[in-house]
Amino acid sequence: MTSTNWAYASNYLVYSAMIVYTLAMFAAALEVAMNVKGAKVLVTPSGEGAPSTDDAKSERWGRIAIALTSLAFVLHLVAVIARGISAHRVPWGNMYEFSTTGSVAVTGMFLLLLRRHSLRWLTLVVTFAVLMTLGTAITLLYRPSAPLVPALKSTWLVIHVSAAVISGGVFLLANAVAAAYLYMDRVESRGPRPAWALKIPSLEALDRLCYRLVAFVFPLWTFAVIAGAIWAESAWGRYWGWDPKETWAFITWVAYAAYLHARATAGWKGRRAAWLCLLAGSSFLFNYVYVNVWGTGKHTYSGL
Amino acid sequence: MSEISPVDLGGIGALRWFWRQLTSMKTALILLMLLAVASIPGSLLPQRSQNPIAVNEYVLNHAGAAKWLERLSLFNVYGSPWFSAIYILLFISLIGCVIPRMLIHIRALSARPPKTPQNLDRLTFPRSAESTTRPDEILDLAQSWFKKHHFRWERESDAVSAEKGYLRESGNVLFHLSLILFLVAMGIASAQGAKGEAIVVEGETFTNSATSYDNLSNGSKFDLRNLAPFTLKIDRFVPTYDLATGAPIDYKLFVTARDSGGAAKKELIQVNHPLSFGSTNIYLQANGYAPVVTVKDGAGNIVMDGPVVFLPQDANLTSTGAIKLPDAAPTQLGFVGTFLPTATMDKVRGGFSTFPDAVEPRLLLSAWTGDLGLDKGLPQSVYRLDTAKMKRIGLKQLSVGQSWTLPDGVGSITFRGWERWVNLQVVRDPGKEIALAGGVLAILGLLATLFVKRRRIWVRARLNEDGATVLSIAGLTRQEYEGFEAEMNDFWNALTAGGEDQ
Repeated sequence: MTSTNWAYASNYLVYSAMIVYTLAMFAAALEVAMNVKGAKVLVTPSGEGAPSTDDAKSERWGRIAIALTSLAFVLHLVAVIARGISAHRVPWGNMYEFSTTGSVAVTGMFLLLLRRHSLRWLTLVVTFAVLMTLGTAITLLYRPSAPLVPALKSTWLVIHVSAAVISGGVFLLANAVAAAYLYMDRVESRGPRPAWALKIPSLEALDRLCYRLVAFVFPLWTFAVIAGAIWAESAWGRYWGWDPKETWAFITWVAYAAYLHARATAGWKGRRAAWLCLLAGSSFLFNYVYVNVWGTGKHTYSGL
Repeated sequence: MSEISPVDLGGIGALRWFWRQLTSMKTALILLMLLAVASIPGSLLPQRSQNPIAVNEYVLNHAGAAKWLERLSLFNVYGSPWFSAIYILLFISLIGCVIPRMLIHIRALSARPPKTPQNLDRLTFPRSAESTTRPDEILDLAQSWFKKHHFRWERESDAVSAEKGYLRESGNVLFHLSLILFLVAMGIASAQGAKGEAIVVEGETFTNSATSYDNLSNGSKFDLRNLAPFTLKIDRFVPTYDLATGAPIDYKLFVTARDSGGAAKKELIQVNHPLSFGSTNIYLQANGYAPVVTVKDGAGNIVMDGPVVFLPQDANLTSTGAIKLPDAAPTQLGFVGTFLPTATMDKVRGGFSTFPDAVEPRLLLSAWTGDLGLDKGLPQSVYRLDTAKMKRIGLKQLSVGQSWTLPDGVGSITFRGWERWVNLQVVRDPGKEIALAGGVLAILGLLATLFVKRRRIWVRARLNEDGATVLSIAGLTRQEYEGFEAEMNDFWNALTAGGEDQ
């Protein structure tokens, strides 16, 4: 196949992945819907009998949603690889490619962490977010496959960007968990949980889950920043120069460091820690969107 | 906790109170967040250290606001007193926090595990059972299990106390100490570092001395006479462009390098591959065109013969510059020039370049006579002509080899060709290895402190009135340790040979 063919194949695969993500999203929505339905049926007229989530239908839709997400992930991953083959390089040279690679990292980390953590309740959020990202990428950010500018020709592109992208994927998952914590905290303060929220883990479990995700990926993010500094030293003659992208990477790092400390400090657990986590995750997103699209500085590779 | 207000205490007491506040985790957290917030304005406003031109532009466009921003050091956030104040306080807080912790940890490293508590039931995963095995034998089993799993253990009369995971705190201390290394590296860079830029045209030789630079800044403790002694002859600069889009694909700079007394060596400098002389690196930063011209004045004397550096204005390297001839007779001469590597003419836009490589080079000139304004002693950009006291006498477009005889017999100019120039950045940073060491240690420390779990396990075995052995175990950890239950089960199975439970 020629470069152009690979590029076309990549585009078709992105569209296919989007279709399967959409199906996965509907399946995940049905899972929640079955929960609600199941809960209504189970509440007896006397008010006895707690709502049960043990609904076989809900469980089945949940499994279908994960299976579809996995299939979409494979299509998505092959799309990203095909894009790389078409350009003869790693597929992260502009904003379109950052977005497709970043979102495949989110799905990939979600499916990977699903094996160890109770994250299935996030399927709806993850598929929705990935769909939105891919939609934006293909409509607003799309650029034809092209060679790299000289500044990006470095092994560090592979190391620095892949570490940053994987960290970003997990940060965004942690963000969703922290947001769920804060929302559930409010919901619970008004009474028992409604049926749709029954599969979401307890507040304590959410707090712990969020911490585990951040603690797992914080060293990798530190590595991404340091790898970036080493690369900056060989490309620009300084390892740190307060370029807007560097500044926001630093802010993200500091915010997550504060989160990890807060988690270890009495009185900062729970709600305050969740806010800190959201703040840190938002600074990561801000760095990605604002600095790439509107920002100035040396990290202007969006191709926009 | 420090609920006491400083008013109740004497001078020393107040100091101690202040110190305790500063080194508390809460203060460190707040300072950390403050540092993050303080670095935001520097990413939104142009910074003098990165883009002085953008700062000047901003000052011109927002004169009123700029005055206040200037007073608050907002064009130099990362060197401002308030930013420094925050990170210095943070580092003092950090040092005050980590040194005592380090001392405690060093003592803990040689300490024995704590005595087995009387009541094991209150701890994590307590378990007990009666056994026919003798207490001593059970404790021996426990001891060998601890040994096998690298616990630190202490045998008591009827119990064994064990602890594992000291590496966690070692990692914690190491991580925080490594941050101090960054501060040291920054300090060395600002005292002993130097950084300069120079534009050098193909064929010219750059000598690393203070006078060769277009701009040069050096650390307070660095003597510019100690600049690494080397020369660099720019042999050839070869850019490669994508034929369809004009985007640069590759830049290659071929040089002949020579250090003090050393033989000449052919070297290649690329964007991600600087050339090193000890702790001095030479980077390829930018490049452009220098049209080669010969200018004769009215008397027929050659007043200029060679390349003139023009600055690129867009991605297709439309370049502008000025040619100044203060010694021309009968009147001073000046040219405002635009060099188009691949020229296209347009009625609306005038001349512009459509490709960065020199496919169809043209030189557009406007000629001026009068006073160049160079005698006033005021610094003037070499790329711009101050036309305040000058008169324009004509416009011309030249291709390579063409000449233009100026009106009124003031002289002539010949466009002979073009050379490429490169902007070299020369950086001396003797602190960067320390920063790298800090980075590596920080990651190692983080891995240890986030993934090693510190935990204690106790086992007690004693005889009851019936002569049977009562065996009980329990654990304790303050960390999120998922695998603890499995580990405790494993331990229990080792003691009971996978058998009896209560």
